[in-house]
Amino acid sequence: MFKIALQAFITAAKGLAITLAHLFGARRSREVLDVRKADYFDKQAGVTTVQFPREKMPIPEVARYQLDVEIDDCIVCDLCAKACPVDCITIESVKATDVIGKTSDGSVKRLYAAQFDIDMAKCMYCGLCTVVCPTECITMTDQYDRSMTNLAELTYSFAEMTPAEVEEKKREWTKFQAEEEAAKRK
Amino acid sequence: MVFYITYIVVGIALFGFIAGFTLFAVYSERKIAGFVQDRLGPMETGKHGTLQTLADILKLIQKEFITPAAADKILFVAAPVIIFVAVFLGFAVMPWAPGLAPSALNLGLFYVIAIISVDAIGLLMAGWGSNNKFSLLGSMRAVAQIVSYEIPSGLALISAVMITQTLHMQEIVINQGIASQNTLLFLGLWDVSNIGGLLAWNVFQAPHLWVAYLIFFIASLAECNRAPFDIPEAESELVGGFHTEYGGLRFAFVFLAEYAMMFLVAMIGVVVFLGGWNTPLPNMGSVRLADWTTGWIWGIFWTLSKTLLIVGVQMWIRWTLPRLRADQLMALCWKVLTPLAFLCMAISGVWRVWVMG
Repeated sequence: MFKIALQAFITAAKGLAITLAHLFGARRSREVLDVRKADYFDKQAGVTTVQFPREKMPIPEVARYQLDVEIDDCIVCDLCAKACPVDCITIESVKATDVIGKTSDGSVKRLYAAQFDIDMAKCMYCGLCTVVCPTECITMTDQYDRSMTNLAELTYSFAEMTPAEVEEKKREWTKFQAEEEAAKRK
Repeated sequence: MVFYITYIVVGIALFGFIAGFTLFAVYSERKIAGFVQDRLGPMETGKHGTLQTLADILKLIQKEFITPAAADKILFVAAPVIIFVAVFLGFAVMPWAPGLAPSALNLGLFYVIAIISVDAIGLLMAGWGSNNKFSLLGSMRAVAQIVSYEIPSGLALISAVMITQTLHMQEIVINQGIASQNTLLFLGLWDVSNIGGLLAWNVFQAPHLWVAYLIFFIASLAECNRAPFDIPEAESELVGGFHTEYGGLRFAFVFLAEYAMMFLVAMIGVVVFLGGWNTPLPNMGSVRLADWTTGWIWGIFWTLSKTLLIVGVQMWIRWTLPRLRADQLMALCWKVLTPLAFLCMAISGVWRVWVMG
């Protein structure tokens, strides 16, 4: 019994020495280091806390956090919405009567994006949508610090069309279809 | 009639000191915990979080009194009061400086040990009155632990009392410095009556009192339910132990009692073993350091700094050692500390008769 107690006291003393070293080591802060640096794991002494809103850890430019869509490059193919495992992307398209332009990589745009919403509250940051995108218009950015007071604000809307424009494009398409039907019947 | 006013003023001053100490101690506890774990601790309220505990107590004061429907109302309401008053009364006989003690009681040390024991009843009332299984378990553990650990702590104190031959707290302190009328022997060999300082403290007059002090310190940790003996609170298994159902000002009083107890047991250890208000600096020839640093203000300074150092050690231990299991706790008390305390007592007797004459 005394042997066990003595052992306990010796190990307790060792533990106390370790915590005392940390107590005095807390006089300095561990500097904010980039995780990509080779000596990242060598610096073990000092306070690790990052005072978040005031200081931030460096992250790579190609970090994969919140989604962003370059709507001018989008051909509204709906592949990203189909690939999404949690269905956080909602796309509504309106057919155009003719080619409406080209994306920056030369793909032809034939559809208007009436609605392109991404619900960031649902997104699980898997990045599958960015893989399937043929024009690489949907990308992951280095933005991660977005807190909202209202849940609806976490649904990002990327479509640039006003409801009136959508109505007009829809009417144009119906008219175009009707004209085609009429032309066929002749 | 004037002395009644004095009593009230002393009581209020002590309460003010305890409240101030608790605010400071909770803040330093959180800071020490942070630094030990490579964190920063509270940082947001005030500069470096200095106003954090003030904000906490303001919140606690504003909260509603909630009594569980199934609780034993009288016990539940009375328990925090008894827990706090038991500890608060202990401060009545503690000497702060030469001639400065709220009450100069001849049985001072005995009184302190007795009044601290009342704490156990308060804890049991809190646990039973809450009508909650966690509270009851916590309070049963607390009572078993406090009653057990009073034996080694009491024996350790007795072994010091056998050396000093008095239970009067003020006399115990006087006999550890230059103010003493008796001959003080360093390690029982060298007359240090006029040298004083560190060398005249009880632990240096009789070196086996270091062991007694260690026993007392460990037992006192258990008596104020501090880690590694915090199984009565055991957050990870019992929610909060005996104070699970308490909130607001009642919880604040339980907390106040815990920190007051920390200070009180640290102060008892300092008074009985580490020279109380006596200076650690000895007289060396014409450099009369001990004479220069003895006095009213110096006394308060030395008492406070020694006690706060011991409280700091208590915190340091809390954030280092893991909690003991209930059986390990009892084994340590009954199989290690109690026999060792008896041994210290026996050595004290021999020391008193043969070495000190």
